[in-house]
Amino acid sequence: MTNRAQVYARIIELIEPLNPKKLALAEDTSFAGDLEMDSLTVMDLVASMEDEWDIVMPLNMLPDLETIGQVADAVTKLVTK
Amino acid sequence: MSDLFSKFDPLINERADLLATGVRDPFAIVMQEVKSPTVAVIDGRETILLGTYNYMGMTFDPDVIAAGETALRKFGAGTTGSRVLNGTYQGHKECEDALKDFYGMSHAMVFSTGYQANLGMVSTLAGKGDFIILDADSHASIYDGCYLGNADIVRFKHNSAEDLEKRLRRLPPEVGKLVILEGVYSMLGDIAPLKELVAIAKAQGAMVLVDEAHGMGFFGEHGRGVYEAAGVADDVDFVVGTFSKSVGTVGGFCVSNHPKFEILRLVCRPYTFTASLPPAVVACAATSIRKLMHAGAKRERLWDMSRTLHSGLIARGFRLATDSCESAIVSVLMPDQETTVRMWQAMLELGVYVNMSRPPATPAGVFLLRCSLCAEHSAAQLETVLERFVMAGAAVGLFAEAA
Ligand SMILES: Cc1ncc(COP(=O)(O)O)c(C=O)c1O
Repeated sequence: MTNRAQVYARIIELIEPLNPKKLALAEDTSFAGDLEMDSLTVMDLVASMEDEWDIVMPLNMLPDLETIGQVADAVTKLVTK
Repeated sequence: MSDLFSKFDPLINERADLLATGVRDPFAIVMQEVKSPTVAVIDGRETILLGTYNYMGMTFDPDVIAAGETALRKFGAGTTGSRVLNGTYQGHKECEDALKDFYGMSHAMVFSTGYQANLGMVSTLAGKGDFIILDADSHASIYDGCYLGNADIVRFKHNSAEDLEKRLRRLPPEVGKLVILEGVYSMLGDIAPLKELVAIAKAQGAMVLVDEAHGMGFFGEHGRGVYEAAGVADDVDFVVGTFSKSVGTVGGFCVSNHPKFEILRLVCRPYTFTASLPPAVVACAATSIRKLMHAGAKRERLWDMSRTLHSGLIARGFRLATDSCESAIVSVLMPDQETTVRMWQAMLELGVYVNMSRPPATPAGVFLLRCSLCAEHSAAQLETVLERFVMAGAAVGLFAEAA
């Protein structure tokens, strides 16, 4: 059983290499605004999360996921579904 | 002043900075005269066209022009109506018949552009609860079709059979699935491994749509596209294409053998809610398509010219997007935006027009000078082009940077 805390911790690990400015990562850190991720980086990150949990995160779901916390919620929901 | 246009400020500023370096705007070229499929007048200068999609050189074909002229006189300048109301003329039917014959398929639907064909097919075929699985490098019209529809969208890594299979396997077996592929990818000029990709899609129970915009006329025994050359015609459910490239006019289409295909005319909004193509255009298209069925000599010339340009550029030290010549698009990899624009302008001033491509149209943030060949290019023109590439490359210091 995977819980949200585990998911959140693993997402932080996955983001770390994509965080060259070493920003402090938190629930409300945003991908576009704070981390300044471009769409290619986002795509790589999504692919790595999909592989990590063997889930599907459709493209049309992404606009609603602005912060790390929101992604953790969404992944948790997909994993426990 | 801040208003709805403020979100465009970063792009406006980027362009202003670029133009301030003294280069001209690569997206504001005007063709003052067009003398043939391969020569136009730009800035008063006769220029070799090496950046059009006029692969088969049909734009000035005498039979095509004659058909267009006759239709213009007989049927008028426009239809002033939708395909499903007053906008289907004899010519639209004849054009769809030509497509059915060309592709050997039982149904054909002509749209007003290829963009609308993708917009319509993609948004209509996959609905709520269905999944679209598309190559990450898909054309903008395919992505826009996804956004217009209600399906869930999953991307797979460009041309990766392994990634496609992995993503398909994660989907519930019972949901509807549409896999969308292109024969030729127009930015890098690479072709898709359709044999592998289509086999995986079929094994996972998906329907398959292939966009053959840049393959029509010169891939496969009948010139149907990369899917024909790959031997997967029986497993492709829908082929989308355009008249704006090899056919040499404007318009888009989808062909299929699906028994219920005709219902799409009533449920596909980008087909229904727009005016049909003018009579002259469908007459030109039908004539051109029928001529493309017997264009063996032109096909050979096009491939000859493409290979000559590809190997010639490599021999002269340019870095190309594909190791060998895969299509009639030859893309030169450039280091950055400024060198790309300067080189593009130097080529233009030397009398050669190529396409400049930049992100987001290109994948992986690359800058390209994209060349596309025409069956009507002469060996002498290509020699001139290669010579001008070397001159322009030297002028902008391209080789110094690469060294
Ligand atoms: C792959 C692909 N599909 C569709 C289109 C759209 O075609 P059209 O120019 O007819 O709108 C294009 C061309 O822009 C294309 O490159």
